Amino acid sequence: MPAVKIENLNLYYGEFHALKDIHMSIEDKSITAFIGPSGCGKSTLLRTLNRMNDMIRGVRISGKVVIGGSNIYDPNINVELLRKNVGMVFQQPNPFPKSIYDNVAYGPRIHGITRKAELDEIVEKSLRSAALWDEVKDYLKKSAYGLSGGQQQRLCIARALAVNPQILLMDEPTSALDPISTLKIEELIQQSKNDYTIVIVTHNMQQAARVSNQTAFFLNGEVVEFSDTVKLFSNPQDQRTEDYITGRFG
Amino acid sequence: MNSKLTDRIATVLFWSSGILIVFILVWFLYRILGDGIPHLTWDFITGKPEEIVAGGGVGPQLFNSFYILFLSLLFSLPVGFGAGIYLAVYAQKNRFTDWIRVSVEALSSVPSIVFALFGALLFVKWFDLKISILSGALTLSLLNLPVLVRVTEEALRAVPSSYFQASLALGSSRWQAIRKVLLPAALPSLITGVTLVAGRALGESAILIFTSGLSVSRYFPDFNPMVMGETLAVHLWYVQATSVVPDAKQIAQGSAALLVIVVLIFNLLIAIPSRLLEKKLSGKK
Repeated sequence: MPAVKIENLNLYYGEFHALKDIHMSIEDKSITAFIGPSGCGKSTLLRTLNRMNDMIRGVRISGKVVIGGSNIYDPNINVELLRKNVGMVFQQPNPFPKSIYDNVAYGPRIHGITRKAELDEIVEKSLRSAALWDEVKDYLKKSAYGLSGGQQQRLCIARALAVNPQILLMDEPTSALDPISTLKIEELIQQSKNDYTIVIVTHNMQQAARVSNQTAFFLNGEVVEFSDTVKLFSNPQDQRTEDYITGRFG
Repeated sequence: MNSKLTDRIATVLFWSSGILIVFILVWFLYRILGDGIPHLTWDFITGKPEEIVAGGGVGPQLFNSFYILFLSLLFSLPVGFGAGIYLAVYAQKNRFTDWIRVSVEALSSVPSIVFALFGALLFVKWFDLKISILSGALTLSLLNLPVLVRVTEEALRAVPSSYFQASLALGSSRWQAIRKVLLPAALPSLITGVTLVAGRALGESAILIFTSGLSVSRYFPDFNPMVMGETLAVHLWYVQATSVVPDAKQIAQGSAALLVIVVLIFNLLIAIPSRLLEKKLSGKK
């Protein structure tokens, strides 16, 4: 069963038709990359998967997004529970103005975990998964804003992992980072694919080629081509995909 | 004129405005504290006032100042924070919320004497609370409410929306995000706002002359909110304007100095922990 099944999805910002008739199946425990030029709808689609578009006024959505057997746009779906299951990492590192420990423990606490020993364990496990534990284990009580940008982004990944999501959405997670931090995050993404289904939006085609199993190419709100990453980059079926990946536009 | 010269002139101008402000403040403090501190004896600060003979104190007035401040914050903080949170987070942008904002702005520029007469009509007469500490505190809350609403809304709006988004993306409800992320992040600004409001309340006289009266209870301290309660600021006006005690001038000078000192101490007591908190949260330490 696919981790996410998108059927007949249309999204409008007011009059603007931002996503057109999207059909897509995202495989469980795999890495899927969304590529395409700015404004093509890739981030918008990502944000429909955990309903973060709900907060934007004037958004209308039709169609189905099935995660875990139910349509997440069903009126009686529990949005908080959905977002616990579908974590998100944003473009800019956005740790809370709290200590490193409290950042990671935030999610578990929200969902009712209060025992110190249990929280300690989750914090350590999440920071280890985000390859940050060794760098911060002696400074857990210090503010997250004392960390570098790359460390902050890994902290945000740890924070997202701490609520034990099935799916992790990443919205250009390295676009604000230097090359070394980017490399660390890419390694992290590859190591995590056995445990999570990862969907990553990226501007960087090399990044998509390096980390993902499947790639979807977006243009003007449509999915032009969606296939295995190797195939999409070596043997694109659509002329527009070829033009984009060979650098003729975008 | 070349840009170097204009730059130099601008620099001098800004420097001198800064120095002027500091000079005015220092001169104020020098006059008020210089005249007043010699009268600040323990008996003056804690003693009861005298109407006819010299040597009265301002103990009850000092107590009433803080008692009324406390009660007015008790009434205005929940409503002010509540409305501010509503406007910053929940309210859609439409004609209704625009009206709320315009009303809040208009209310915050109403002169305090207007609030005083309104409070005298509403609380003193209509609700029959008499001229009392309670009437004064309620009217003061009305004066401070618009400021609190604005300060709260602005403090919350200044928190980056990425915090709010991050919290929701972890599966929190909106209220959890407000309580655990937005409010703590906005706390330093909120505290500054409360200090502002508190300072205004401690120094307010017009409102309290009409709603809390010019006399104090025979008992001290008296926690009964239904009795008249003159505050320090009102007493300062009273002894200078209408009192017949022979040492009115000394009492006024002492009261003025005491008022300045308590406001200063009050602000520092709130500001210092707030600064420390801010440093800790932003990781600058």
